Order: sequence, then structure tokens, then C-alpha cells
Amino acid sequence: MSVTADSFSFPQGAFASTGLNLRKEKVQYLFRLLFMLMTGLLILPVALILGMLVYKGGPAISVDFLFTDPTQGMTAGGIFPALFGTIWLVAVSLLFSVPLGIAAAIYLSEYAPNNWLTRLINLCIINLAGVPSIVHALHGFGAFVLFAGMGTSILAASLTLAIMTMPVVIVATKESLQAVPQSFREATWNLGATRWQTIVKVVVPNAVSGILTGIILEVSRSAGETAPIMFTGAVFFLPFLPQDLFDQTMALSLHLFVVSTQVPGMPEETPYGVALVLIGLVLIMNSLSIAFRMYLRGKKKW
Amino acid sequence: MVSESIAPGRAPIKLSVRDLTISYKGKPILSNVNLEIEENEIFGIIGPAGAGKTSFLKCLNRMDIFTPEMSITGEIIMDDVDILKMRNVYELRRRIGVVFPLPVGLPLSVYDNVALAPRLAGIKKKLQLDEIVEQCLQRAALWDEVKDRLNSLGSLLSGGQQQRLTIARALSQEPDLLCLDEFSIAVDPVTTMRIEGVLKEIKSETTIILVTNLVQQARRLASRTAFFHDASCVEVNDTEELFTGTVQNAVTREYVEGRFG
Repeated sequence: MSVTADSFSFPQGAFASTGLNLRKEKVQYLFRLLFMLMTGLLILPVALILGMLVYKGGPAISVDFLFTDPTQGMTAGGIFPALFGTIWLVAVSLLFSVPLGIAAAIYLSEYAPNNWLTRLINLCIINLAGVPSIVHALHGFGAFVLFAGMGTSILAASLTLAIMTMPVVIVATKESLQAVPQSFREATWNLGATRWQTIVKVVVPNAVSGILTGIILEVSRSAGETAPIMFTGAVFFLPFLPQDLFDQTMALSLHLFVVSTQVPGMPEETPYGVALVLIGLVLIMNSLSIAFRMYLRGKKKW
Repeated sequence: MVSESIAPGRAPIKLSVRDLTISYKGKPILSNVNLEIEENEIFGIIGPAGAGKTSFLKCLNRMDIFTPEMSITGEIIMDDVDILKMRNVYELRRRIGVVFPLPVGLPLSVYDNVALAPRLAGIKKKLQLDEIVEQCLQRAALWDEVKDRLNSLGSLLSGGQQQRLTIARALSQEPDLLCLDEFSIAVDPVTTMRIEGVLKEIKSETTIILVTNLVQQARRLASRTAFFHDASCVEVNDTEELFTGTVQNAVTREYVEGRFG
């Protein structure tokens, strides 16, 4: 059967467009345009920031910049101790917050009865996410640096970051666990599986991509936070690399603050370079996780 | 009501339900059910929506414990054990296969869907699993359609295929009791007839409880049938007795003749 030009012309007779139809069409077109523009606006800041950083900071980036120590009062040389320190801080904080956060989320989603206590715990988690980072910094200083006697150290700073970012992991994990259809759990229970077997074999494998999203958000946030580590483990300038978890360290975020505001005679491209490295680190992590998630999603579907 | 003693020529009793009352948030949804299910029979349960059929099945494999608002009194004796007092519900559920109204293809491969129950039960040998998977898929009349794509996702099969996959999964548990809850709701008539054929074949190995709201399906398959209505068990009888004119109960007659429900 061939499609004639007639079938595309406006319907006639009983199906002729009324004024109401046309008005509805116009409104629908208008709103689509409006929302499209708003979406476009969202991309704008990202593009501007990245463009600016690449344009201004690009020239500063080199192998030397990444892998040598700063010299001459930080106005020359590289940023290696800060890069190294940030990676350490993020890795150690993940080590604490990911297992704890996922365990808590699994408990809240799969085991916890729906009562006032569970609701209270959920409320606490949401509030914990809303605590300003400077308050977390003070808490970390009091609890880890002073009370626990860790001193200003990578460990204390990482723990502070872990507490600050844990709600993100918990909420993201809990939501992705709850997005797994209840019928999957029931089907598995019916086969004689315990709750634990159901969680391991069916629920978590289907929630992995959401859990990963939570972890990545956490990485991005920990890498960028300045206040919490300033009080607890990061230092202005340290001419050598930390040897263990009880050493202080430099960090990219604090280094960025320092080179942009505290050091006179800083070459203009250095702060941009540091910012570019920081954001590049986060973007690389994000892309890796997106690739991993796409790989997982290709494997699982329902 | 069914007599307590075993009539001559009858098979042994597999499941005996005594004074079972189920309530949800204090409101009874099924009260005073007394019935007995014989080994290797297909036992039909018919009745309009909301009669408590699904809740009855939930009690059988103790899925009620996931619904804290549900409370149960009475006894359900299976193989001389009161399953309502049982602690090891996992073993109970392993021995009871359940097929839901809507097929639940787990987002695993076809193979893993069927191998899940044996794996949960501790079978690890590939060879043994292969054998179980092929056998169960064959018995569920699905093998020929999926044998070339055992590694593709079970949840991507068609509705009718998924329902047969669910049956294969239930069979992989080697269940003593197979409960089907309105299995044909989302399945086309051809597949329904195929599954019905499967059920007739496997009843030599397992006892089947068939909950259905298609009265004719119960008539085709079940040797005995219970009629649930208004949160109670109105009648339990040989299927032919229940359907033909000699039925004593007026409500049952009206239902099987299609005047309500």
C-alpha cells in the first residue's frame, strides 16, 4: 500500500481542526519551546566554566605541572603533593563511607520495619545531608583530631569527609534498591531464598547502577570540599608527600584556595590550572562510572 | 464439608486445613476454612475477586510473614507438620512452588532463572544444573522455543513464554505442592491450553492447587474444587458435583452458572 500525499494533508470533514484544537497546539508548542530553552540554560554554565578553565588553565597543564613539587613559595613548579593528597583523602573516605553507607541503606530498605524508629533514622540521614560543611569540619576537628587523638591527619580528614558524604551514598543506594520491583523479591522468596540470598542474588545486582551513581556523587563532593579538610588534615604547604594515614597532606581544593588568594606574585594561569586538574579528576571519575553503568545496563534489563 | 476420614479409594491427604481464619488489620478476609487436599490431585479454588483465594495461598508458603498486618489462626497440616507453627519457612517455601498471576521473569538469563532455585539449594555442578534446566524447561513446554537463547534475558521473553518460564522455575524446586494463582490472566488462549496440558502431565509427580477465576478452567483440570465467596469457603466438592445440577448450595450454583462474579 502506498502512502499518498493526501494522507498527510489536514483531515477534513468530521475531523477538521477546530479553534480549540489549534489553541491547544499552540500552547503545547510554546511550553515545549520554553522547557527546551530552560534545559539549554542548564548546559550554559557547565560549558562556560569548562571553556574558561581550558582556555586559561590549559597552558599551565604539563607533565611537570602534574608530577613535580611546588617551588619558590608555590609560584612555580607543580602540584603533585596536592593531587596525591586529594586522591588519598577521597580513597580513604570512600573506604569508610561506602561499606557503611551501603550496609545502612540495605538495612533501611530491605530489613527495617516501617515504624517510628525507621522514620526517625531516615529523617536523621536527610538532616545529616543538610549540615553545612563548616559544621562538619568543626565536628571532625573536635571528634577525630582532638577527642580521638588522631591529630590533623589524612585519617581525621577522610573520616570527616566520610561522615559528610555518607548520606548521599545512603539515599542513592536506598532509592535504587527500592526501585527494584517488589515482585522480584517475592518470586525469589518463594523459591525458598532467605532475605540475604535475595539481596545478594537479585536485589543488589539490579541496583548497582544507582549505587554507583551515589558513590560518584560522593567522590565529586569529597574531592571538591575545602572546609572540612582545612580543619582536620589538609595544610597550606608541605614540601614532602605524606608517609602514612597520620600525616598531614596538601589537597587540590585547599591548594586552589591558597594559590588564588593567599600567595602574591602567582602566575595567572596557575589557579586555573589547579581548578582544571580538580574538575578533570572528577570528570574522569564520572565518565568511568557512566561507562561502567552502561556496560551493566546492557547486561540487565526488565 | 469434607469428611475427616479417608474414604476408600482416595489418595492419601497431602494438606489438611482446619479452622483457618485469616484477618488483615483485624478484619477477616477468610474465615473458618476446612478442607483437605489429596496427594497428586489438581485441587481447584474458584470464587470472585476478594474472596480470599490469594491470601489462602500466601498462608500455604508463609508469605504472610512479610505482611505484619496479617494474622492467621487455625492449622494447616502438610505431611504431618503444622506449617503455621513452622520455624524453617525457607525449606517449606522450597518445597512449595508458586506461580503468580503476572509472570515474573527475573532480570537474569533464561538459564539462571531456572537454575536459581537449585543454586539456592546448594547445587553447584554445571552438569547437574544443565540437566535440571533442560528438564524443567521441557516439562514447562518452553525448551524448544528457548534452547538457542538460554543466555538471553528471561524478562525479554513474551508474556506467555515468561509465564512458562515461571512454571519451569517453580518446577526446578521439585515442589511437593505447586500453587498456581490465576496463571492464565496474562496469557493467550493457546499458551493457556499448553500450560493446562503441562499441569495434567506433572500432577503425577506433585500436588497442584489451582486458583482461578475461570470456572471452566477449574472444571477442565481439577478433580475437586472449593468455592470461596465473601471471605469464606462455601463448598468443597468433587468438581463434577460442584458444577452439575445436583449442587446443593444456591450461591455456588449461581456463581458457576455465571450469574455473578
